[in-house]
Amino acid sequence: MSLTADDVNKIAHLARLGIDSQDIESYTKDLSGMLDLMTQMSKLDTSGIEPMAHPLDQVQRLRADAVTEADQRAHFQALAPQVADGLYLVPKVIE
Amino acid sequence: MHTQSISQLAQSLRSGAFSSVELTRHYLQRIQAHQALNAYITVTEAQALEAAAVADQRLADGTATLLTGIPIAQKDIFCTLGVKTSCGSKMLDNFIAPYNATVVDNFNQAGAVSLGKLNMDEFAMGSSNETSFYGVVRNPWNPDTVPGGSSGGSAVAVAAGLAVAATGTDTGGSIRQPAALCGITGLKPTYGRVSRYGMIAYASSLDQGGPMARSAEDAAVLLQVMAGFDGKDSTSADLPVPDYLAALNQPLSGLKIGLPKEFFGEGLDSGVAEVIMAAVAEYRNLGAQVIEVSMPNLNLAIPAYYVIACAESSANLSRYDGVRFGHRCANPQDLTDLYTRSRGEGFGKEVKRRILMGTYALSAGYYDAYYLKAQKVRRLISQDFQQALAQVDVIMSPVTPTTAFGIGEKLADPIAMYLADIYTIAINLAGVPAMSIPAGLSGGLPVGLQLIGNHFSEARLLNIAHQYQQVTDWHTLTPPGFA
Repeated sequence: MSLTADDVNKIAHLARLGIDSQDIESYTKDLSGMLDLMTQMSKLDTSGIEPMAHPLDQVQRLRADAVTEADQRAHFQALAPQVADGLYLVPKVIE
Repeated sequence: MHTQSISQLAQSLRSGAFSSVELTRHYLQRIQAHQALNAYITVTEAQALEAAAVADQRLADGTATLLTGIPIAQKDIFCTLGVKTSCGSKMLDNFIAPYNATVVDNFNQAGAVSLGKLNMDEFAMGSSNETSFYGVVRNPWNPDTVPGGSSGGSAVAVAAGLAVAATGTDTGGSIRQPAALCGITGLKPTYGRVSRYGMIAYASSLDQGGPMARSAEDAAVLLQVMAGFDGKDSTSADLPVPDYLAALNQPLSGLKIGLPKEFFGEGLDSGVAEVIMAAVAEYRNLGAQVIEVSMPNLNLAIPAYYVIACAESSANLSRYDGVRFGHRCANPQDLTDLYTRSRGEGFGKEVKRRILMGTYALSAGYYDAYYLKAQKVRRLISQDFQQALAQVDVIMSPVTPTTAFGIGEKLADPIAMYLADIYTIAINLAGVPAMSIPAGLSGGLPVGLQLIGNHFSEARLLNIAHQYQQVTDWHTLTPPGFA
């Protein structure tokens, strides 16, 4: 199965991932090769097989719905590129 | 000093032959002298010397553990409070971790000295350590060859004597493959055995941390500290941790070894095959029986792995958005531009390839054909392991089809790089533990023997590895110039 440059641009948009235009061709080729590899799975009949999400078939452990963490907002926001008044700043979304 | 085992070093620290500060200085000097290998991203000299002084105090007042005062190093995927934790990426080049991974906390409590943070493939995506933002790591056995990846810096630090031991992580072979190519001992534990808290996520249903060391005995000492239940990791196994050192000396008579015929087929280098068969013969001398087993679905492990790993990584790496931490582009025009450019600038090519592949596999209309299909194949592969492990105690195989390949040799062809992971990847899909131990040289480069056991059989694997290391000396070989 082969992808086109258009497909790659669409996927990159879904992933919000900037790709240099001069690299689109090589991504198109590499991703098409990866898809060929993955399509090998279709040769195997897997009807009736239960999908395996966890290697030990376990489910997520639950805990009591209680507060366990102290507020560390200032500590974590010290890493942020731009904050003001305890809020993360991004370019204006609504005029 | 740097060719001794942890127990020998611990003894010297107790007899007063040298102090932890002296030992730490010795390693810091070696790191400095061998910078060309590029094993470390960050050397934490001041913190290391401070921790060594505290360790000497503990040794004096009798509160020391076996690891107190022993200089180790962490793969730069484990968050370390106050220290840059880059995951090999430009995206996190400015990230000073605000907390410790549980593994880091555990080593600190044991009194181990951390020398710094080790180089790795970007976000652990790679099998050659060539995708790191901080440059390629060189294999001390031949600096023109790769050390393997993604825990390449960890393997090189141990092989070249730039740390007594190191941590690694393994999603599709990232502990075992570099351990094999650098001639050291590496163990990927059962999924859930070692906490993933603070270990930067790549593919959450496959990732597992583990020890990389000079011997099975040293690996046992590290695993003892790393393993155990952690309430902060929702997939952590709530099971008791056995005494790994105590289990090392069981005799191997009656051990049943399975050789899966699919691991010895086309593509396996004849020199590697020869070394592996000689190691199996050594196990026969130790009283083991060898039978052939089969893994009929092995050929689909690579496609299933790359669907699952890419899908999970595309979800995990969506957190790098230029808003809360990590790289942010200059002068974003709007929110989409902020996301797109920050991610486009922060991630390297291999990471982008996997995010794109995973995004595609999870997108509307393709989910069933790729992700769901891969999860079904995963079950079949897991069943293959369970069937084989019902007949034998351990499965043995090569870790890699060839010895270390040349730097740059496979960069242009990512698929060829993926295909070389054939012997390690299925193990992560099944979640079982596996080791790589040095089994000899082929063309002057190390070859790793893979030992695969059933879930939570780490003590048995370490025992099987240790018994081999009692009658052979491959694990004591040091690359020329690093003795």
